[in-house]
Amino acid sequence: MSFLTLDHVSHHYFSKDSYTKAIDDISLSIEEGEFVSLLGPSGCGKSTILSIIAGIMKQTAGKVLLQDQLITDSKIPIGYMLQQDYLFPWKTILNNVLLGPKIYDTNSEETKTRALELLDEVGLHDVANQHPGALSGGMRQRAALVRTLINDPKIMLLDEPFSALDYQTKLRLEDLVSLQIKTYHKTTILVTHDIGEAIAMSDRIFIMHANPGSIDKVFEVPIELRNETPFLVRRHPKYQIIFDKVWDVLSKKETDSKVVPPTS
Amino acid sequence: MKQKSDHHLFVAYKRQLSHEKKVVLLWQFSILILFIGLWEIASRFYWIDPLLFSSPSRIIQLLIQKLTDGSIITHVEFTLFETILGFIIGTAGGIIIATLLWSSRRFSNVMDPYLVIMNAMPKVALGPIIIVALGPGLVSIITMGAIISVIITSLVVYSAFNEVDPNYEKVLKSFGASRWQCFKEAIFPATIPAIISTFKVNVGLSWVGVIVGEFLVSKQGLGYLIIYGFQVFDFSLVMASLVLIAIFAAIMYKVVEKIEAWLIKHST
Repeated sequence: MSFLTLDHVSHHYFSKDSYTKAIDDISLSIEEGEFVSLLGPSGCGKSTILSIIAGIMKQTAGKVLLQDQLITDSKIPIGYMLQQDYLFPWKTILNNVLLGPKIYDTNSEETKTRALELLDEVGLHDVANQHPGALSGGMRQRAALVRTLINDPKIMLLDEPFSALDYQTKLRLEDLVSLQIKTYHKTTILVTHDIGEAIAMSDRIFIMHANPGSIDKVFEVPIELRNETPFLVRRHPKYQIIFDKVWDVLSKKETDSKVVPPTS
Repeated sequence: MKQKSDHHLFVAYKRQLSHEKKVVLLWQFSILILFIGLWEIASRFYWIDPLLFSSPSRIIQLLIQKLTDGSIITHVEFTLFETILGFIIGTAGGIIIATLLWSSRRFSNVMDPYLVIMNAMPKVALGPIIIVALGPGLVSIITMGAIISVIITSLVVYSAFNEVDPNYEKVLKSFGASRWQCFKEAIFPATIPAIISTFKVNVGLSWVGVIVGEFLVSKQGLGYLIIYGFQVFDFSLVMASLVLIAIFAAIMYKVVEKIEAWLIKHST
């Protein structure tokens, strides 16, 4: 049995006058330690899938199993990184990092030491007692990464965590996140609309399309790319080949959907 | 050389600032002197009826006399006590109601029309009912001081709770936080600036509630002195009470402002 399984999962958003089907009958399974990306245009339900896996939203149909347990039953820690860091501005960086342990009620001197160690690993040791407002976007997102890692999550959910950063910071942070995730051997799902990012970071890529969101095609990233850092993958000769293939699938979908407009 | 000229520019800028401050202060002071002077002259030359509008010199005389014999101090204490208590109860009550509304979506939906009515209702109109229910005394006056700010506070704070970025809650929920933990860690601390800004409004409202309450029932306090002065046609007393109210309301406002600055500095 796989580590994480989505079994015919659908989700509807209801409003007073109408409803929309955000994702339609998604089935996928992910192995332990794997890094997969969900790649697709905005509005294809990528973030909805993450919210469902995180247990923040309840799907309207289907099942989500983590290590053969229903996700709603399991008390398994999940690391969720959002588009923006959402560090709490009234807490210091250290206290932001210790937010998870506080909620899990596992705060101790040990966790504090661990937090400082992790902050050191991402180069934030010196700003542990500062407030988020004093930090740059890249630093804040690194702090947000530590905030998820401290809980030793079984699974990492990255919801376009690099999209709000400038390009250089984004490339550096991709390498750092990739390194941390490999070091701690985390299973990870990355949501992105950046083809390059998906290829650079993941082992498998699920290409999705919108209206309603569903999986179109699955790409395996060649093994020689998987073992490189994201920065080096982008320079690898095979990178462009994969990029073109993914591009073709995404463009084809776009023209298809123009020919057959979604009925509402 | 360049360094020096930078410094000179800075000094010049600071000098300009302090000059502007002096000019403003001078104007403020002139307006006060002009107003008091005109009032005094108008009263002396019977341009206005001194029996009705008194005069600054008479008011000062009366104040000095009342302060030296100590008779006015108890009135001031009484009113201040009521206002401060009314302010604290009204504000705290408003925050508690807002929290209850936030804690249950259904409760807030059910309460919605009642809150609208209670907010629209002029609270001082409830005065007679409050006095009948709670007796003609201190409790009624403090209730007036509190009730006038409690509903508006709860509405303002509740809407501030709802405006907190839901992503903070999302972060907490990914850790499996309960609703109460979300409130404690995200909703409440994020709303502190909005809560503090209601303080200033509520100070003014509490004065209104307390003075009206004293009009209606009291045998003590500055509101009572105004009504008493009005009844015995001693308008110097009415004016003196107004001056005291203005002074103490301004002091309280400034104190709340200081508390606000302190809280903002220490809560972020």
